Amino acid sequence: MNKKSKIVIFALLSIAALGATVFLLRDSNIAVLDPKGVIAQKERDLIVFTTLLGLLIVVPVFALTFGIAWKYRESNAKAKYTPDWDRNILAETIWWGIPTIIIVVLSVITWNSSHELDPFKHLASDVKPINVQVIALESRWLFIYPEQRIATVNYLQFPEKTPINFHVTADAAMNSFWIPQLGGQIYAMAGMSTQLHLMADEPGIFRGSSANLSGPQFSKMSFVAKSSSESDFRKWVNGVKQSPQQLDMNEYAKLIKSSTNNPVAYYAGGEHKLYDKVIGKYMGPEQEMQGMSMYEMDHHAN
Amino acid sequence: MLGKLGLDAFHHDIIVLGGVMTMLLASLGIIALLTYTKRWKWLYKNWLTSLDPKKIGVMYIIIGLVMLLRGVADTLLLRAQQATSVGDSTGILTSDHFQQIFSAHGTIMIFFVAMGLMFGLINLIVPLQIGARDVAFPFLNSISFWLFAAGMALVNLSLIVGEFSAAGWLAYPPLSGLQYSPGVGVDYWIWSLQIAGVGSLLSGINFFVTILKMRAPGMTLMKMPMFVWSVLCSMIMVIFAFPILTATLAMLSLDRTIGTHFFTSDFGGNPMMYINLIWAWGHPEVYILVLPAFGIFSEIVATFSRKRLFGYASMVWALGAISFLSFIVWLHHFFTMGAGADVNAFFGIMTGVIAIPTGVKIFNWLFTMFRGRIKFATPMLWFLGFVVIFTIGGLAGVLMSVPAIDFQVHNSLFLVAHFHMMIVGGVLFGYFAGITYWFPKIFGFALNERLGKYAFWSWIIGFTTAFTPLYILGLMGATRRLDHYDKSLGWQGLFAVAGVGVLIILLGIGFQILQFVVSIWQRNKNLDSTGDPWNGRTLEWSTVSPAPFYNFAVTPHVTDRDQFWADKQAKTTAAKPHYEDIGMPKNTGMGIVIAGFAFIFGFAVIWHIIWLIPLALFGIIASVIIRSTDDETEYTITAAELAKLDSAHKGQPA
Amino acid sequence: MNNSAKTVFGFWVYIMTDCVLFASLFATFAVLHNNTYGGESARELFSLPFVLAETLILLTSSFTCGLAMLAAHRGDKVKVINWFAVTFCLGIAFLSMEMIEFTKLVHEGNSWTRSGFLTSFFTLVGTHGLHIATGLLWTVVLLVQVMRRGLTPSTVKRLTLLSLFWHFLDIVWIFIFTIVYLMGATSV
Repeated sequence: MNKKSKIVIFALLSIAALGATVFLLRDSNIAVLDPKGVIAQKERDLIVFTTLLGLLIVVPVFALTFGIAWKYRESNAKAKYTPDWDRNILAETIWWGIPTIIIVVLSVITWNSSHELDPFKHLASDVKPINVQVIALESRWLFIYPEQRIATVNYLQFPEKTPINFHVTADAAMNSFWIPQLGGQIYAMAGMSTQLHLMADEPGIFRGSSANLSGPQFSKMSFVAKSSSESDFRKWVNGVKQSPQQLDMNEYAKLIKSSTNNPVAYYAGGEHKLYDKVIGKYMGPEQEMQGMSMYEMDHHAN
Repeated sequence: MLGKLGLDAFHHDIIVLGGVMTMLLASLGIIALLTYTKRWKWLYKNWLTSLDPKKIGVMYIIIGLVMLLRGVADTLLLRAQQATSVGDSTGILTSDHFQQIFSAHGTIMIFFVAMGLMFGLINLIVPLQIGARDVAFPFLNSISFWLFAAGMALVNLSLIVGEFSAAGWLAYPPLSGLQYSPGVGVDYWIWSLQIAGVGSLLSGINFFVTILKMRAPGMTLMKMPMFVWSVLCSMIMVIFAFPILTATLAMLSLDRTIGTHFFTSDFGGNPMMYINLIWAWGHPEVYILVLPAFGIFSEIVATFSRKRLFGYASMVWALGAISFLSFIVWLHHFFTMGAGADVNAFFGIMTGVIAIPTGVKIFNWLFTMFRGRIKFATPMLWFLGFVVIFTIGGLAGVLMSVPAIDFQVHNSLFLVAHFHMMIVGGVLFGYFAGITYWFPKIFGFALNERLGKYAFWSWIIGFTTAFTPLYILGLMGATRRLDHYDKSLGWQGLFAVAGVGVLIILLGIGFQILQFVVSIWQRNKNLDSTGDPWNGRTLEWSTVSPAPFYNFAVTPHVTDRDQFWADKQAKTTAAKPHYEDIGMPKNTGMGIVIAGFAFIFGFAVIWHIIWLIPLALFGIIASVIIRSTDDETEYTITAAELAKLDSAHKGQPA
Repeated sequence: MNNSAKTVFGFWVYIMTDCVLFASLFATFAVLHNNTYGGESARELFSLPFVLAETLILLTSSFTCGLAMLAAHRGDKVKVINWFAVTFCLGIAFLSMEMIEFTKLVHEGNSWTRSGFLTSFFTLVGTHGLHIATGLLWTVVLLVQVMRRGLTPSTVKRLTLLSLFWHFLDIVWIFIFTIVYLMGATSV
């Protein structure tokens, strides 16, 4: 096989690969790059910008690699050959310097975006936020709406353009709460409460998932996150309030257990301050009795 | 009597049974072959009890390559499951079995493939490159190797007796705690790593002392070959990182066996502390693996460009900077824990900073090639493949160093694609290049170039096919470790493509096996009669191939960084060698005995066989005491004998 | 390269790794020491005079170990054996006191299963105790060697390593005494 036919085969293969990729992606949704909420939007922009910044180094590296490899191949006797040339202050300064400049820029971005997109930070909005308490169980997600006094399993609904303040804990192995189209994830850990602040820009149905290996049922622990209009949301809440089921301690004890069949469920009312009690369980005898409010434990919530 | 060990430990489903059968048949085959060819005594005397670092190195590499087969076979099952377990179909594996397989895959690839190949190459080459006859503590080296082998045996035993951990390769509690993982799987994980880890720690000490105290006269630190520098940095990291692993694994084990509360969610334990501790070891570990690969590339690029390594001092500083920084970035593995913006930003920035010295190294390699005479032998191809894959993976890494981006890709297949690009593209390609490069020095003949190139191209195409889809899947929201997903997500095609990639990689491995077989078969074709098949630059090429057990008949003197190259340029006629008596360590089987007891100890703790624990412990202590009272561990080769051996080697190579 | 110097250097490096091991345990203790889970805290559990006595015994043993090494370098075999014997007895005394403390705690229902705090306490102090026990066993082995073979270069080298190990354990104990006991007993 000569060089030319090798190149042709390589080019054909590349085109085939590209075609196959496009074909495979024809009707799927690249969630992270297709944001539906302000946080995910900013995170997507950050991904794009940082990638471009990185390409400033990557592209020259590739060009240099193949350019140099080709020019100084053994068979090219015309090329200059300086076997003992092994240092050049200017050149080395350049390639310590340029990456440093890029990383300095990146550092500024890192610092600012870490603060701006801190999951604990409340979102600025004129609309009153809605509170949702999230408990990761062994094979389910439990969502408690303390103000509405309802709770759901594996189903989350909220009004569009309204900040959602999630308080997240676990009553199982560690998990991670993630709705890619709305924004990044946060760990759910037993005995602790983390926070996540998200907002949907439009109505829609999004996939929420369990992003951390948490036991045999982990792959099946996805949930539906639905953004709707304010009035639809109110209607939905009223509907759930008609649910015959109450989330009392007995019912909760059933939910904790691992199971392979985890249908969506709705609860109207139930145990008072269940979220705090679930956390208190892990905190020791006194705390459990006091049922102290875990909101106080959320550090740097501002 | 046997603790938790009962007949149900041998109860397996059909796929595990297949694995067990393959393993047993392979072992039986080897046993039969050894018996038939009456090689047992030869094996024991020349290999198993040997303290020659070259032989220990070869044994490390054999284990590493065999474990690579196991690790890749695991991925085949994983991808097969992910390509079929969609919607109503549950695929070929149960969740639990699937989780055991990816846990085993990660554990085996890092601890028994990457670490094995790394310590193998270090054993083979470091003493030769520094002009030494041996390592600082030859017996300790043997213990290290056999502890590594014992850990490897435990991991594989879990396939036959009982089960393996299903808690991922780093076994985060509380999932890995007794409450959620009551079986013996996590204990197998703990003890195979604990035993192998202690071996690695001892090796770290050993090579640190070897490099600092046993260099040939004249070889100052700034005259050391770059591979030696990279190993020195890597070993310093081993010394600081591995004790953390030892302590962490011990604590997890105490939680599981005697009911302590280090990492439990209740009773005042703290699972987050485990995650901090394990990554305080785990992040340096990644650099422990990759620095020697960088060192190998430095040697290869200089040799095959026939040019001095560009920017030597820069390279050393870059190694030092990477080693230091690798200890202050561990938190980037869990930005999503909610540590707060300041903490996340600090660790994010430090992570970005590591890209600077890494970038510098790449530029220095490129400028080593610049105005050189580049010969594209297989090791050089691995280098070019490495630059491409490592740079792309590095870009993904820089993305993830920004916490706000990490929130969106953490625990997703994007992350999986990133670290495979770093570890396969960086570490594994480096070691493959190193094995090809130094093979003639150890065995006296080179590997078949044509098959090596086939293997390279299969690997690089297969690897790209296997991991590019994962970047896309990650951005689609596919988390890692999924054994099932909904059909409507449209992920199946990409998973299938990734599976095809694995098959192509398998083809590459097939070529590599064929390469070994054909090269051994036709060894007379590729004989290395000069000791210097690549026109090398450093001391290891100045001795004959295969390198004799004493490495150098006369200790070399060093005045130049590329001493052997300088000698060749100066064309000095070698003066008549002046031989001296040398002391060499005697062979001993004590390393096997000690590691054997360690293996029994691990097994007893895993299965709660209480009476066996003190017995095994007693065995270890007694063996150490017996060995330590032995003052006759060396023998002398007189100058006359050495002269005879040397002229025999030179007159009649291989 | 002098073989013995190489070994001593290697042993220093090993001690370095052991330092990191203890540092991990200290860090763990620092994280967990307030997590009493409703149980008693350091202030209520520990008796400072008792631990002070332990400390003095261990410090003395380090001193006698030093005297033994001086004798070893002089080649005074009898003194070496005597001083190491004294060191050994002091080590046994220290270890016994530690056992007494542990037993008392366990009997009062304050074992390592009680809380994260006690877990980290028992592990940190116990790991030190385990090192001491190893040192004692090592002392016996070397004493037998010295009695049989006398003060050869290789036995003196081994004694040097042992004394390094022993002094190192002393220093670790000073940290344990300060951080676990002193700071624990005075904290509010």
